[in-house]
Amino acid sequence: MSGTSAVFKREFQGYFSTPVAYVFICIFLFCTGIFTFYVGNFFVRGQADLKAFFSFHPWLYLFLIPAISMRLWAEERKSGTIELLMSLPVSLAGVVLGKFLAAWIFAGVALACTFPMWITVAYLGDPDHGIIIAGYVGSFLMAGGYLAIGSCISAVTKNQVIAFVLSVVVCFLFTVSGAPMVLDFFSAWAPQVLVEAIASFSFLRHFNAIVEGVIDLRDVVFFASLIALWLFANAIVIEMKKAG
Amino acid sequence: MLEIRNLVKRFGPFTAVDDVSFKVGKGEVLGFLGPNGAGKSTTMKMIAGFIAPTSGSVQVLGDDVAEAPLKTKAAIGYLPEGAPTYPDMTPLSFLNFVADARGLSGAERKRGIDAVVEHVNIGHVLNQSIDTLSKGYKRRVGLAQAILHDPPVLILDEPTDGLDPNQKHEVRELIRRMAAGKAIVISTHILEEVEAICTRAIIIAQGKILAEGQPADGGWRIGDHFAEPGRLDAVFRTITGGPAKEAA
Repeated sequence: MSGTSAVFKREFQGYFSTPVAYVFICIFLFCTGIFTFYVGNFFVRGQADLKAFFSFHPWLYLFLIPAISMRLWAEERKSGTIELLMSLPVSLAGVVLGKFLAAWIFAGVALACTFPMWITVAYLGDPDHGIIIAGYVGSFLMAGGYLAIGSCISAVTKNQVIAFVLSVVVCFLFTVSGAPMVLDFFSAWAPQVLVEAIASFSFLRHFNAIVEGVIDLRDVVFFASLIALWLFANAIVIEMKKAG
Repeated sequence: MLEIRNLVKRFGPFTAVDDVSFKVGKGEVLGFLGPNGAGKSTTMKMIAGFIAPTSGSVQVLGDDVAEAPLKTKAAIGYLPEGAPTYPDMTPLSFLNFVADARGLSGAERKRGIDAVVEHVNIGHVLNQSIDTLSKGYKRRVGLAQAILHDPPVLILDEPTDGLDPNQKHEVRELIRRMAAGKAIVISTHILEEVEAICTRAIIIAQGKILAEGQPADGGWRIGDHFAEPGRLDAVFRTITGGPAKEAA
């Protein structure tokens, strides 16, 4: 346990000891602002909710989360510090978890920095705060999902650019698998069960369900098990890579 | 304290380490010699528990590395090849991290960090980012990390590689000072280093142990060869198959 927290602490502080954290948070806030007010027509909609804000999160995360996750393992492998890390008396699972949690909490910090959005909508109208809280929970869970994918892929390569691009692609697949254009393509010929299965892997579907204000246990379980699965794969990849 | 039995490591069809066995006892400094690519680093990685052997076993203080990795890792101090450290960190935050990960806390942790900082003489650069340090200092920070928890077994992969003569001397002095209570393995291809600090040496090439030697009669006896002081390189070349004539 002390190992996991040591890794967590080092990683988390690492974001703030370099400009990475500040650049990321600024860009994230800037983008959420743009999307909410211009693309999402926050004012034109004339409704006191944050739907315009949350609905763009999957697409923002698609590019921003791989930017956080790409260095998680690729950098360690490239610089050889992974050898140092693995010679410490910390289990592999502990290291994977420590790194993931640091990145996740960091994403959470960036997300928390959007609170002025909440204040704005509360000032302008009388929003349902329960729904907004659900939106934040859903967004945080989804960020975890993207991060787990990115962390695993970062372990596959020593090259951060490759890690970034591959992560975006895989995250994209998980995002759009519930979109009509994908489902229409499959529903023309595939059995309904398969179409349903593909759709059920979609981040969009589970995220949108939560953003509607209903934190259904199934959606939470989806993200939790997805994170667990990708982190498990992450550990296996590291085990395989360091041997070869 | 350290016992290696019939260690084999294959990468696909390539055999990096081929049936290597040796023991290192308390107070011994074993020099691990060999040309580049001989399997020195691979063997050390297996001792440190970073990679798993294809077959054979490594025992540290009676525990098997494969069976109780956390226990053996706790007993080992390991300096990987090239002494990797995190460039964004300062030596102090780096050592704090290693102390945390090794479960040192409170007074023990403070004592440990103070002691290594003094040992490797990095007190005046503690709060500077590692990125900005010279190669010699980076190497010392890497070394500090390995000896922070005062491990009974020390595995140092080319600890003096890339250092200037003064720094080499310092690191050797440090190793010599620590040697009494520990089992130390250092890999090197600097033969004067072996004469300077090792109590025993193993020559390895293409994954196999070719010869073992120790100081004798004022020089070194390696396998069937005898080397006068300062003439270890000729013997090394004879054994590893290089042109021996040049050195003679």
